[in-house]
Amino acid sequence: MFNLKELRKSFLTSLWFMFLTFPIMVIKVNTITDTVEWRWRNLAFVGVSAFILSFVWRWALDRRAKGGKAKKDGIGFKATVLAKTNQYKLPGLIGIGLLVAILPFFASMYTTSVLTTALMYVILGLGLNVVVGLGGLLHLGYAAFYAVGAYTYALLHYHFGISFWVALPLGALFSAVLGLLIGFPVLRLRGDYLAIVTLAFGEITRLVLENWNDFSFGPSGIANIARPGIAGIKMKLPQATIFIYFIAIAMVILTIFLVNRLENSRVGRAWEAMREDEIASQAMGIDLTKTKLLAFSIGAVWAGFVGVLFAAKTTFINPASFTVWESIVVLCVVVIGGMGSIPGVVVGALVFTLLPELLRSVSEYRMLVFGITLVIMMIFRPGGLIQKTRKSYKFKKEGDGE
Amino acid sequence: MKRMAKFFLVALVSVAAITFVSCGKKEAETIKIGVAGPHSGDLASYGIPTIKAAELVAEEVNAKGGIDGRMIELVIEDDVCKPEVAANTAAKLVGDGVVAVIGHICSGATKSAMGTYLDSELLAISPSATNPPLTQSGDYPNFFRTIAPDDAQAAVEVAFAYAQGYKKIAVLHDKGDYGKGFAEFCKAILEADKKAEIVLYEGITPGAVDYTAIINKIASSGADAVIFGGYHPEASKLITQMKKKDMNIAFLSDDGVKDDTFIKVAGEYAEGVYATGPIDTSSNPLAIKAVKAHQDKYGEDPGAFFINAYAAMLALVNAIDVANSTEYADLTNALRSNYVDTPLGKISFDEKGDAIGVGFAVYQVQNGQYVELK
Amino acid sequence: MKLDFFFQLLMSGLTRGSIYALIALGYTMVYGIVKLINFAHGEIYMIGAFTALIVSGVLSMYGMNPVFIFLIAITAAIIYSAAYGVTLEKIAYAPLRKAPRLSALISAIGMSMFLQNYVLLAQTSDFLPFPELLPEFGFLDPVKFIISTNQFLILVTTTVVMVLLTFFIKFSRTGKAMRATSQDRDMAQLVGININKVISITFVIGSALAAIGGVLISSHIGQINFYIGFIAGIKAFVAAVLGGIGSIPGAVLGSFVLGITESFGTGYISSDYEDAFAFVILIVILIFKPSGLLGRKVSEKV
Repeated sequence: MFNLKELRKSFLTSLWFMFLTFPIMVIKVNTITDTVEWRWRNLAFVGVSAFILSFVWRWALDRRAKGGKAKKDGIGFKATVLAKTNQYKLPGLIGIGLLVAILPFFASMYTTSVLTTALMYVILGLGLNVVVGLGGLLHLGYAAFYAVGAYTYALLHYHFGISFWVALPLGALFSAVLGLLIGFPVLRLRGDYLAIVTLAFGEITRLVLENWNDFSFGPSGIANIARPGIAGIKMKLPQATIFIYFIAIAMVILTIFLVNRLENSRVGRAWEAMREDEIASQAMGIDLTKTKLLAFSIGAVWAGFVGVLFAAKTTFINPASFTVWESIVVLCVVVIGGMGSIPGVVVGALVFTLLPELLRSVSEYRMLVFGITLVIMMIFRPGGLIQKTRKSYKFKKEGDGE
Repeated sequence: MKRMAKFFLVALVSVAAITFVSCGKKEAETIKIGVAGPHSGDLASYGIPTIKAAELVAEEVNAKGGIDGRMIELVIEDDVCKPEVAANTAAKLVGDGVVAVIGHICSGATKSAMGTYLDSELLAISPSATNPPLTQSGDYPNFFRTIAPDDAQAAVEVAFAYAQGYKKIAVLHDKGDYGKGFAEFCKAILEADKKAEIVLYEGITPGAVDYTAIINKIASSGADAVIFGGYHPEASKLITQMKKKDMNIAFLSDDGVKDDTFIKVAGEYAEGVYATGPIDTSSNPLAIKAVKAHQDKYGEDPGAFFINAYAAMLALVNAIDVANSTEYADLTNALRSNYVDTPLGKISFDEKGDAIGVGFAVYQVQNGQYVELK
Repeated sequence: MKLDFFFQLLMSGLTRGSIYALIALGYTMVYGIVKLINFAHGEIYMIGAFTALIVSGVLSMYGMNPVFIFLIAITAAIIYSAAYGVTLEKIAYAPLRKAPRLSALISAIGMSMFLQNYVLLAQTSDFLPFPELLPEFGFLDPVKFIISTNQFLILVTTTVVMVLLTFFIKFSRTGKAMRATSQDRDMAQLVGININKVISITFVIGSALAAIGGVLISSHIGQINFYIGFIAGIKAFVAAVLGGIGSIPGAVLGSFVLGITESFGTGYISSDYEDAFAFVILIVILIFKPSGLLGRKVSEKV
């Protein structure tokens, strides 16, 4: 490990990084005041850390290259296996259920509020998972559906005083309709072409919200959206926060249940077939048009639900919350968690929303750390935290095992 | 599923960690004041000066023995200027038991947070949220600000344009919350008065690689003045390219441009640009003292909204002192009924929450400096 | 006057198109070889611009001739962008060559976030003015209202670069190796082409082109910050897809279509929807030509 060759390699790497980061890390030019600051300490810092990290890097890559065997020791693998063992399922579920139910009564309002955000991402992730994970359609405009849900509630509430509970199905409906509208023109597109066109649709939606003042109030947004209530009882904020938390929990449970059913249904199997090979699935009698449109609109339904919930939770929305970046975050949730895998997406969403909150202490470095975490995670677990296990059917020979 | 259990255990621990951090400090004697705004990300430069202002005031008060013997403790939280984050930030501040909040900075984030504060009976004083409905809609009786609203600024801007005799005006904005809001007000006033014609009303795209199309459009519209709503980066791109094309059209802009960075970035091209900004108070002794304190402590000149934040903090401290209470009703009452000496002059707050005695003036860049036009 | 306005818009469109083309080429070349959307490519462009800013800032303190400074700055920008491009590939993409394509995309997004925040933390979040180094060209004075010095420079440089690139790809050994690799990677390997080298060279060229674009546009617009790469990157990516991703002439054509659409849309309709024009033209074209203007139509074996 520490032989001369390795040392030389690390030394060269360290030199290379010192060269690479020299202008940006060492020199700080202020062209306004015309001053230059030389920060040589940074150079030494880069040199030393690159030297050490290059050892770690090669060791990790080496370990990865040794193949599946080594990987199976990883936590991720254990998790994947454990997820399949039924033995712990019931006690585990009960434990989680209890925890979830009592949590908001002990935790602070802030914690509850952050957890609700995390749960919203769980639903968004599961919704996008239908399109990307099951259907294999790379979708970069998911925030548009989310925006439709949020604006449905905000505008209907503003103009007609419609309540949260009425807006919830309406938001989902409008969102699904938009999903169909977007679905039609992109039927013929594949892979990256599909990705960029969905991105374009997402951006157009946002641009319309931003520029059409008479309709959407433009960038200044809509304020004073009512929080959900029951039978007209106006709740105080702490109760309302807990109430929204439980609505989110209920929606997560419902989503998991429905997505799970969908996955094992005829449509779900058609999606998976389509993901693997469009032509072969068509040859097997799957109606591609119908299947694709279904994937788009069913994925959109959840974004619509969460959009309504989002508007109700923040009580204020403007188009700045629905940028490409938002779509990318949801996609990251799906891929980090493990495409197509429901527990994976749940974990991915929780990691993705809770990690930045926990990283508040290193505030200005948090996006830096986050970016590099994404890269490392993808290199060492390209399939996500909890990989989906493929369905397998065993054919039993007659007389076998008797 | 045990993995799930395991995960939730981790989640529980982290939740507990968050909870403990927030409940850790239980010295009941301090008065907690929240400071919220963007402290990281691309808008951080608008939020950090407010922290510094609050810290300076708090230090000074604490050095004199606090308010009736109770020390001020600041609770500083980041909202990155996003409405969805601001809602969580507000919840955190409420949970931490603050008595009032200095903030937020951006109007959108402020609107999202105010609902939370209202329900929890907390008041907030913003040094920078200029969106008119915050005070005028009556939805937020707990909101105060030490800066004049956008419509007041637009009125000053348009009145100035009339005084200069401009007949054809192009109104541009950066499509942002602040810039477009300001442009809309200018447009509404111009349309109502009918003293000048709007020849162009459009939003430019921040970050575009080329602005010549819109600049040529301004030129061919025959405008004799441009009113721009937005911040200084876009303004300096526009003015530089307009001047390079020898276009001789007056350029009027807003408080987002009345920033020395604009003059430094646009250099010689900035000469002659008009911008509205808060009435110059740099000769006010309290302002001189505040800036001096900032320079002594941080070794540099204060940033955006520092003076407004300083004034907001002073007004709040005074209100706590006068009311001899930290209750919501007493504080709002004290803010509305007392005048207090601040770097912005002697101010109080009206029923809606706008500061009385804070207004706008028009400045022009002359020889590389903003000069107030009387 | 009407005709003047038309030509002004045309020039604006061509300027935009040139810049998009310089960035889009990087996307399309990388895509052609490794079938990866290099999401961090916009960041390379931004790093090129920053390097040039830093170098010229330092050199101008020594009172050097501005034109010299400009040349040194653009050279430094090219070198550094290329170095970042290659390093990026080695760290974030090479280990993922056999991984699912989406994983590589997420890795690229992570790298993009990292590089943005790296520059933000090591430098500043504020806009910095880009020094004006080149004198105004006297011979352009009569047509100054139609085309500015910087626009002229952008158009000329882009044209020269495109011609050189075409020759390189068509006739050089490396260029042929690149074309072979993009057609069939395994086959290219069989005939003795060093794939890793070809990939590295692709990243070098793509990044160098982006750097040229970064420096040119920064001196045209006059200021930069850490976020310029993201916006320009998305636009250039749209241009590359519009032209048919993987195709080099396609990327250039797509960029000009995009640039001209945007500037005419702004000029004759409204700049409110400037970005929307770009996206609408993209959707319309892809509906009728699902693999872009000049994209190869892939026929799948069943």
